[in-house]
Amino acid sequence: MSGQLSILVVDENRIRASIIEDGLREAGHENVHVIVGINEVAAQIGQIAPDVVIIDLENPNRDVLEHFFTLSRVLQRPIAMFVDRADPGSIEAAVDAGVSAYVVDGLKKERIKPILDTAISRFRAFSRLRNELASAKSELEDRKTIEKAKSILMRTRGMSEDEAYTLLRKTAMNQNRKIVEIAQSLITAAGLLGG
Amino acid sequence: MGLTQITVGYVALLDAAVLIAAEEQGFAAAEGLELNLVRETSWANIRDRVAIGHFDAAHMLAPMPLSANLGLTPLDVAMIAPMALGLGGNAVTVSSAVWAEMREHGATGGVDARAAGIALAGVIAERKRNDAPRLKFGVVHPESGHNYELRYWLAASGIVPDRDVEIIIVPPSYQPDALAAGRIDGYCVGEPYNSVGVARGVGRIITTKSSIWRSSPEKVLGTRVEWANRYPERLGALIRAVTRAARWCGDPANHGALARQLSSANRLGVAEPLLMRALTGELLLGDGDVLNVTDFFVPFNHAANFPWQSHALWFYAQMVRWGQARHSAGNVEKARQAYRPDLYRAALKGMGVAVPAANAKIEGALTEPTAVGASGGRLTLGPDGFFDGTQFDPDNVEAYIAAQKSMHHI
Repeated sequence: MSGQLSILVVDENRIRASIIEDGLREAGHENVHVIVGINEVAAQIGQIAPDVVIIDLENPNRDVLEHFFTLSRVLQRPIAMFVDRADPGSIEAAVDAGVSAYVVDGLKKERIKPILDTAISRFRAFSRLRNELASAKSELEDRKTIEKAKSILMRTRGMSEDEAYTLLRKTAMNQNRKIVEIAQSLITAAGLLGG
Repeated sequence: MGLTQITVGYVALLDAAVLIAAEEQGFAAAEGLELNLVRETSWANIRDRVAIGHFDAAHMLAPMPLSANLGLTPLDVAMIAPMALGLGGNAVTVSSAVWAEMREHGATGGVDARAAGIALAGVIAERKRNDAPRLKFGVVHPESGHNYELRYWLAASGIVPDRDVEIIIVPPSYQPDALAAGRIDGYCVGEPYNSVGVARGVGRIITTKSSIWRSSPEKVLGTRVEWANRYPERLGALIRAVTRAARWCGDPANHGALARQLSSANRLGVAEPLLMRALTGELLLGDGDVLNVTDFFVPFNHAANFPWQSHALWFYAQMVRWGQARHSAGNVEKARQAYRPDLYRAALKGMGVAVPAANAKIEGALTEPTAVGASGGRLTLGPDGFFDGTQFDPDNVEAYIAAQKSMHHI
């Protein structure tokens, strides 16, 4: 085995897979393979002969993957995982980030640790991205809801835009609720009243 | 008043019912506990997250604590099963094509394991003569009741697993899809995924776990030895809450409410009528055939929650049989100690629930419901026979392993 370790990334999420792949390449690993569908693993694992396999913990196919390892004897039992059995810190960090990694038994910890660290940080970056996207989306929807409530008030009570917003905000503060919740209630009520 | 939080992992299957009911029906709260139930996507995640302490306890495949103690898992963390979560609940489903071939070889319906085995053996012999590809069956995990009962049934029917049929791993909820797509020809899985396969019109139930081995173990409550030792009161409270929940789940009057709870999207996400089939034992086998299978899934009755050490040892014998574990006197002891009837008994003391006096029994010796010695009430065990009439004596594991080995040289 030359200097380069062979790394296999199994992930049904193509975007995350490529984020991890990029991270590993940036860290100087050239021998990185990505497989999206679990059924291709059986066919390719022999050729790839990975030293390290990285899979996301949400993937129900983890059980399938582990079985492939024992069948192909590429990664022999006992499957060493999460870098080092005696390192509960990395194990927790990996699981918290949603990564699971399998390594060939006998590989030195100092060779594997940076790979797992990269995978973990890339998984975290992806989760952050996903959370930001989700919150941006819900912010946009909140804004739309508030706009709609304002226009109902403007139409039915002849208020200006500022007045409508002030009323929503005051009501929210008095009731200790979010503005968007008040806006939603107003929209629902208006719908019921045929407004 | 604060409740003590316990985090419990589960996989979305019918036999997680007792854990879900323990929380949702208030049995946990009555014991001062709040169960934080976490749905997991794979058995590997359950295993690892219990091992590293994310979960205090979990819905586990019955052989899983043995695997942990025998060094078959990635993390060497000692685990135990202080109680079981029910008996039965699995079935074997085959594709419509295989079922058609089985009918040509004498299958007439029903779920009798012997009859189904004879017909399947006929199909396989004919396929061999025609140089047709081997049939492929899916199971959920190599160390699972599903894998062992499927292999046991095939082998006792004269079909040699791995030689005559291929057995692969497929996650439970993916099995019907894999069958529909032709990636597998059949599967052995827990409910509701046999009924889902039938409802989708892609498969036929041909036999059940309860027909292969009556009153046989399927899932357990698993935890780390370290957690059990550190929090004996919590463990006792958890065992009592789950036992009461199991009794509630076993009462036919509650099946409707239970099916409704389990069907919600954050639990199993499977329609109530499909869940009712396994709860009532009124199975739809396929082609509109309905069969009432007695004791198909038993959450509470017949000491269904008792962690029989003879069950642990039978699983051990299968691990040795299929080359997963090496046989030694030390490993026998590790397997036996993975199940802890003493903890179950201690937790239930004075609760009025009948608990067997013995820790193990000869599996396959009871041919009819039988009253046995028990504390806490009268207890009747269900018949526990294997379909081929053999018995498993937990005091003579060696002889059983040798007899099984000789079968493979047919």
